Amino acid sequence: MSERHEAQTDEPPARGGNRALVGKLLLMAGGMFAFGFALVPLYDVFCEVTGFGGRTNTEAAVVIERPDESRTITVEFVATLGGFAPWDFQPAVTTMEVHPGRLYQTHYVARNRTSGQLTGHAVPSVAPGSAARHFQKTECFCFTPQAFLPDEERDMPVVFIIDPNLPRHVDRVTLSYTFFAGQTVAGLTDKNQTEKASR
Amino acid sequence: MPRSLFRRGPGAALATLATLLAPGAALANDWQLNMPVGITDISADVYRLHMTILWICVIIGVIVFSAMIYSIFRHRKSLGVEPAKFSHSTKVEIVWTVIPVFILIGMAIPATETLVRMEDTSGSDLTIKVTGYQWLWEYEYLDEDVRFFSRLHPDSDRARQLGSGIDPFSVENYLLEVDNRMVVPVDAKVRLLLTAGDVIHAWWVPDFAVKKDAIPGFINEVWFQANETGVFRGQCAELCGRDHGFMPIVVEVKSQEDYQAWLAMQRGELGDRPVASTHR
Amino acid sequence: MSTTATHAPAHDDHHNAPTGIVRWLTTTNHKDIGTMYLLFALLMFFVGGAMALIIRLELFQPGLQYVQPEFFNQMTTMHALIMIFGAVMPAFVGLANWMIPLQIGAPDMALPRMNNFSFWILPFAFTLLLSTLFMPGGAPASGWTLYPPLVQQTGDALPFVILAIHLMGISSIMGAINVVVTIMNMRAPGMTLLKMPLFTWTWLITAYLLIAVMPVLAGAVTMLLTDQFFGTTFFHAAGGGDPVMYQHIFWFFGHPEVYIMILPAFGIISEIIPTFARKPLFGYDAMVYATASIAFLSFIVWAHHMFTVGMPLAGQLFFMFATMLIAVPTGVKVFNWTATMWRGAMSFETPMLFAIAFLFLFTIGGFSGLMLSIVPADYQYHDSYFVVAHFHYVLVPGAVFAIMAGVYYWLPKWTGHMYDETLGKIHFWLSVIGVNVTFFPQHFLGLAGMPRRIPDYATQFANFNMMSSIGAFIFGLSQLMFVYIIFKAIRGGAKATAEVWDSPKGLEWTVPSPAPHHTFDEAPQVK
Ligand code: HEM
Ligand SMILES: [Cu+2]
Ligand SMILES: [Cu+2]
Repeated sequence: MSERHEAQTDEPPARGGNRALVGKLLLMAGGMFAFGFALVPLYDVFCEVTGFGGRTNTEAAVVIERPDESRTITVEFVATLGGFAPWDFQPAVTTMEVHPGRLYQTHYVARNRTSGQLTGHAVPSVAPGSAARHFQKTECFCFTPQAFLPDEERDMPVVFIIDPNLPRHVDRVTLSYTFFAGQTVAGLTDKNQTEKASR
Repeated sequence: MPRSLFRRGPGAALATLATLLAPGAALANDWQLNMPVGITDISADVYRLHMTILWICVIIGVIVFSAMIYSIFRHRKSLGVEPAKFSHSTKVEIVWTVIPVFILIGMAIPATETLVRMEDTSGSDLTIKVTGYQWLWEYEYLDEDVRFFSRLHPDSDRARQLGSGIDPFSVENYLLEVDNRMVVPVDAKVRLLLTAGDVIHAWWVPDFAVKKDAIPGFINEVWFQANETGVFRGQCAELCGRDHGFMPIVVEVKSQEDYQAWLAMQRGELGDRPVASTHR
Repeated sequence: MSTTATHAPAHDDHHNAPTGIVRWLTTTNHKDIGTMYLLFALLMFFVGGAMALIIRLELFQPGLQYVQPEFFNQMTTMHALIMIFGAVMPAFVGLANWMIPLQIGAPDMALPRMNNFSFWILPFAFTLLLSTLFMPGGAPASGWTLYPPLVQQTGDALPFVILAIHLMGISSIMGAINVVVTIMNMRAPGMTLLKMPLFTWTWLITAYLLIAVMPVLAGAVTMLLTDQFFGTTFFHAAGGGDPVMYQHIFWFFGHPEVYIMILPAFGIISEIIPTFARKPLFGYDAMVYATASIAFLSFIVWAHHMFTVGMPLAGQLFFMFATMLIAVPTGVKVFNWTATMWRGAMSFETPMLFAIAFLFLFTIGGFSGLMLSIVPADYQYHDSYFVVAHFHYVLVPGAVFAIMAGVYYWLPKWTGHMYDETLGKIHFWLSVIGVNVTFFPQHFLGLAGMPRRIPDYATQFANFNMMSSIGAFIFGLSQLMFVYIIFKAIRGGAKATAEVWDSPKGLEWTVPSPAPHHTFDEAPQVK
């Protein structure tokens, strides 16, 4: 290809300004790449503010009790194991009748079914989503990783309060924990291996 | 090549199509064209919404397509017509921008009403936790101490293997039958809590107009209230790996008494199983 | 297009210009690069098409006859990735390369070396992507949307897929930058923005969309990579992440992406209909504004792809209303095309036939899109074959037919020969019949309850699946004619005049056919 032609088209002297425009467009692309990552904290903030996706607090909340005896809410407790975590994990009670504005305590029971030490991590989630930010935990085993000795069985307490501002139409709130082994989704990695082995 | 190809080949298809087009022919299930009306108030509302939008689209379609077809036949060079010169008309353009807005508003109102009702899970009679795994479902009746796994029925499972030599048409409810069905009482507001143990799944039963994702680490809720007893079938609706096509959902809606009897039997059989242990 | 074709006056630069493969490797000529993009897209169309036929073969009847479910999932994933990033997008870039400089009276694209580079990335990206089929664990099988946690079960292929996506992204972004700079800086004197042909206009807007969203996709897949290999937990619930967040980020890219695949198609159709109706485009300004508003709206509707994840009511309502709004500018476009045909003097050569089929069938896809936007109904449609029918109506008789229409329309300009009109018409009719037989019954399947992305199905879905598979083979095989017609026209045929058609509008028709290697070295004056 001729030098003359390229020289003419790369920097058209009369029509110029390519470099500035390319710079701006690259900046825009770079900005959008950063924006993709910025969506992560933005989404977190958004979820915590709105309860989007059943997000509930994972750090101890500080609350004042303001009981509202006129209202009774049913709280359900459910447990799920993430992946193939080798635990027994269940709530001590499956439902509780509570008044908004008062602190209640319950616990989950977990047992390490292996003969080795294990660390688990419980991930909380609340349904309905519109109740999530009105469901506050002041004490929860989900705030920190839980280490278990071989075969150890342990009660793990939760102290919670339902904000009296809970939307009127909500009569039932579910607190769910998914118990994952370790910090990562170990079950998935296991799964990968079994899948590969069976191929 | 399996026999089914011949039994159900294009010839047979054409024959069925012929009966189908014959006046008054009943719609064979094999030729189901439309969304089921379903057996809940909500599913009937969803069906109505679906038909409303469908008809609106059909009407607009008929108008627009007629204009196009008329133009294609009448405004052709081979008829020796002189092309017109016009290239815009503000009046017409405003009209066909504004009218659709009103049609859309008309559609949005009933859609919003139905959606608000679908989202209201209060006043439920029982809660069932549904957990998706690769590739089976677990049903847990909160407060009832009943829980079990539900996977593809062994007959279907045998037939669906590559080169099984088993004709799918010979299997009853091929791919839509499970070993343990979920059972619910009729006329009760059943609230489902959905989550998953590994990857995302989705619980879908068309007759209830319920489809919701089951997401690991998160809990979703959804509800339905069946107005009729019977057996209703669905499938996982979110790609979840190799056997995504093979984790059906079967719900049996029973009368209150039958439901209670079923619960009692489940407790007797499965009552003292360890809770929340892994499924394999 | 030989190197001895007519070119810049007074200079004979090509005495020692490279020939053969080196010429194609090093070319910076927009026409050469456009040709390479188009041929590459055609090749990928057949690779992706072969995968589609494997899918339809397995779905011809219930039961598994040919492939294992895992391989089936790899086929659906690869088919989509190849068709979107390998066929449709490169085809539009190829058309942009060829036609934008010709339409705005520029001698070439503004950044010719970058142009060469952005093309040559593609063969590497797709070799990489296709090579994953042979890796332990196979190609990605999680759908083109690559949702975690499922995508994290991909075998060794995952980092290669992600790298391939990065390469495609870089190529698209460079291509888009080139388009913007060319249009902004290289228009001939007098070619004001509101005089630009619509194909150029829609591409300008598309290019901005590309620059805005391809980096977001890059970010999303980078996060998948670090989640898998570097211990981050963006999308792992176990570590405080959220798999649904991936879906939000993905569709923030994904919805504008579907408009990236249709806006240039709108442009092509807006060129072709006026030519064959022998009447100016109706509502040029409205067309430009409609395109711009579709592009704007496409950024605020992404969550309509994820109504079933469990969003709060307010969120679902917002995304429902915003999505419904998109129907308004889309409707304006369809009405304007119809008004363009109205009281014209139409003739029906192959490009016009494809354009008219686009008009009808894209509109059907738009209707099903409108239906999908109604949240309660979407709960039934979502992830069923109804969605498959919807997006194939907008993508095959939409985007792909528009590309074919464009190829037939401009082929005489590129090759200097008329294509074989009879064969073109046969190709058209087979394609239209094939597409409808394939995709129309899929609406019924979805409504009757058949989920998408499954390798086997219940027996009540057998009839329509068989029909759909037959249609797919008709469509797939008839595309061999397309290749034959194109190569026949390259090799010879009736000589095309400079205007090719009956007094079409636009600068591209003022240069001879075939368009010489260098055009508009002297900028034309636009009145
Ligand atoms: C009137 C305009 C349109 C509307 C209202 C619309 C609406 C929608 C909605 C609501 C969905 C999600 C369905 C679901 O998964 O539940 C969807 C899916 C889709 N649409 Fe459209 N759409 C429109 C036009 C288009 C166009 C022009 C294209 C591309 C050329 C397109 C391509 C797609 C694709 C590829 C999907 C499926 C993505 C996937 O799940 O893999 N749509 N559309
Ligand atoms: Cu699934
Ligand atoms: Cu979309």
